[in-house]
Amino acid sequence: MSTPAGVTERLTGLVGALRAHGVRVGTGETVDAARAVEALGLADRELLREGLAATLLHGTGQRAVFDPVFDLYFPRGVGAPDGEPADRGDLRDRLAAALADDDRAALARLAAEAVDGLGGYGSSPESDGWSSYQTLDRLRPQTLLARVRGSVQERDGGVGFADRLLDDEIRRRIEAFRGLVATEARRRVAERRDRDEIARRAVAPTADRVDFLFANRAQLAELRRTVQPLARKLATRLAARRRRAARGTIDLRRTLRGSLSTGGVPLRPVLRRRRPVRPELVLLCDVSGSVSGFSDFTMLLVQALHDQFSKVRVFAFVNRIDEVTALLDHGRADPEGLSARIRSGATLTGWHGSSDYGVALGEFAERYGDAVGPRTTVFVLGDARTNMSDPNLPAVRHIAERARRVHWLNPEQRALWGTGDSAAPVYAELVEMRECRTARQLGDLVAGLLPV
Amino acid sequence: MFPSVDDVSARLAETGYLASRQVATTVFLAARLGKPLLVEGPAGVGKTELAKAVAEVTGSRLVRLQCYEGVDESRALYEWNHAKQLLRISAGRDETWDEARTDIFGEEFLLPRPLLTAIRGAEPKVLLIDETDKADVEMEGLLLEVLSDFQVTVPELGTITATRKPFVVLTSNAGRELSEALRRRCLFLHIGFPEEELERRIVRLKVPGLGEALAESVVRVIGALRAMDLRKVPSVAETIDWARTLLELGADTLDETVVRDSLGVILKHQDDVLKAAAKLDLDSL
Ligand SMILES: Nc1ncnc2c1ncn2[C@@H]1O[C@H](COP(=O)(O)OP(=O)(O)OP(=O)(O)O)[C@@H](O)[C@H]1O
Ligand SMILES: [Mg+2]
Repeated sequence: MSTPAGVTERLTGLVGALRAHGVRVGTGETVDAARAVEALGLADRELLREGLAATLLHGTGQRAVFDPVFDLYFPRGVGAPDGEPADRGDLRDRLAAALADDDRAALARLAAEAVDGLGGYGSSPESDGWSSYQTLDRLRPQTLLARVRGSVQERDGGVGFADRLLDDEIRRRIEAFRGLVATEARRRVAERRDRDEIARRAVAPTADRVDFLFANRAQLAELRRTVQPLARKLATRLAARRRRAARGTIDLRRTLRGSLSTGGVPLRPVLRRRRPVRPELVLLCDVSGSVSGFSDFTMLLVQALHDQFSKVRVFAFVNRIDEVTALLDHGRADPEGLSARIRSGATLTGWHGSSDYGVALGEFAERYGDAVGPRTTVFVLGDARTNMSDPNLPAVRHIAERARRVHWLNPEQRALWGTGDSAAPVYAELVEMRECRTARQLGDLVAGLLPV
Repeated sequence: MFPSVDDVSARLAETGYLASRQVATTVFLAARLGKPLLVEGPAGVGKTELAKAVAEVTGSRLVRLQCYEGVDESRALYEWNHAKQLLRISAGRDETWDEARTDIFGEEFLLPRPLLTAIRGAEPKVLLIDETDKADVEMEGLLLEVLSDFQVTVPELGTITATRKPFVVLTSNAGRELSEALRRRCLFLHIGFPEEELERRIVRLKVPGLGEALAESVVRVIGALRAMDLRKVPSVAETIDWARTLLELGADTLDETVVRDSLGVILKHQDDVLKAAAKLDLDSL
């Protein structure tokens, strides 16, 4: 690590980058972080990492941006690794050995050498840089699997039950090595360019800020983990009202406090507060192709809500609508399986395969109108892209009149509402439509939607 | 409290708690900065155990507030012993109401609960607020108040300020998202599943009779299960349970039969058992 003199600047830079990624860091936390640096010293980089994480972060999901940002402001080293750039064959040999031994320190050194030897591109100071993609493309660590397996089996005898786990274990080590290469390439680039810029641009956003519609597989998996607590939170909010409603009992404590004015004789029993109505939930979910990333996510939310809360009815549609509540009964958290069950078990399309909100919503109002009553909160989850067909506003008006509330969550950014075949603006005049592109937005919505 | 991070690790290890570098560093800082420690993480990774271990190594008394749905001030902070007060009043000594009132709102009739207990008295204490996420939102307001100033106002007695701040550990399973305000008061620690090497050491420490090779296999299988998409992946608690079971079964290596017969110890849902059996190539269950 560099001289302690630059530490304050580094800390400020790190905090700035975290804020740019949506992590709320106040001045109090920054002061604590500085005290942590003082208490821990700079000699051990991993202690420093943990100390800063403990003082600056407030939640588990934030760690995914913290680590790469930390690696930029408190890098493992400066400049190129010592020695001649290694050639590819030699790197692969040593990488295979390190993977076989699961030697973390060696893997980190090899990542640095690999980026140095294989990852550089360009020759002019403006356009050159370091690429993890190019490094991995040339090194091809994934092709070492068989070789690594061979040497581990040779070493351990290749017997025993756990041997069948070996391939997956090696794959996870290779995956981790790819991460090390990415970290190293970012570090090298940041040395040449503006570090603050790299920390903002080249570090992937936290899962809760990834657009549903554009999330890749890994991000979806990560999102899955953020949905469960959100659904629980929503369910708790709903359940809290139920619980209070159920208690009509005497509050002894408050009764006796009240009795002070009557000389300690409890004349007026104080009843625990009683709240009315038990809310019911109806979810209408667009599961068409245009919102596939979103509907995967929707299904997770729906499944989780269903597990938490008994009064939920779920309907799925493309251009026909069908009730799918029964398909959710298995209580499994696997959106792919659920989507497949829905597609095979429900009638969602008629003559053609593209979505038609007008027909689907009309069918809902007609066939399932009695699912909606004065206690029902209806959520519509979809992009309101109706392929130029009639949006069927009377059907929506009808639902809105019967329900307690209707919320429409649209996974498209607001600027796109009304473009092309989007009927979002006309629907938004009838019911409350909100942009819901990311788990974070959903979290805010959940927090604000239902009064506690 | 602790001179160094290594000292934290060493002393916790003496009580049977094996801390990762991350855990040791954060405990060290919480003690050094005098801030409450919010520990989050899946069930069974040793969150509660950590607080107990810290109490033990620092010679502190452990004061535990177990949160649950509906826990309230009277359970968390203090309560007046109403029955006793009523008795005292109806005993009807020869005195004015004012005199009686002063008397019944005295120390003798006070039932201190964990939060009050933790800030009174001069002995060192560790306050464990366990499963904070289970409490209702209203409870958070109270916690915030107590954790900000370490003082509590009892209307009838006045304000009680801590003469010695307790070391505070809050645990949460993320059942309910805790408020930003509460999080800001705390140092944050996420305990995940341990690295293989650490988990091996935990197993060997908790189940001393288990051979080294078997401990390694156990941890590897557990690692494989955690990588699967299961409803509930096994935690450290399950690793230990499984190791104990294997010891009782007298197994000295893992084989298909042993794993198949004991999978129920690690996995709690039948569909998880089936899924894992398929992925581990166990013949039909
Ligand atoms: N690092 C560790 N060193 C020693 N024992 C551990 C460690 N981690 C977990 N354990 C053991 O795992 C078991 C579960 O720990 P504990 O009850 O503290 O988990 P928890 O995180 O509080 O779970 P929950 O969320 O269910 O309350 C305990 O028996 C504990 O001894
Ligand atoms: Mg616990």
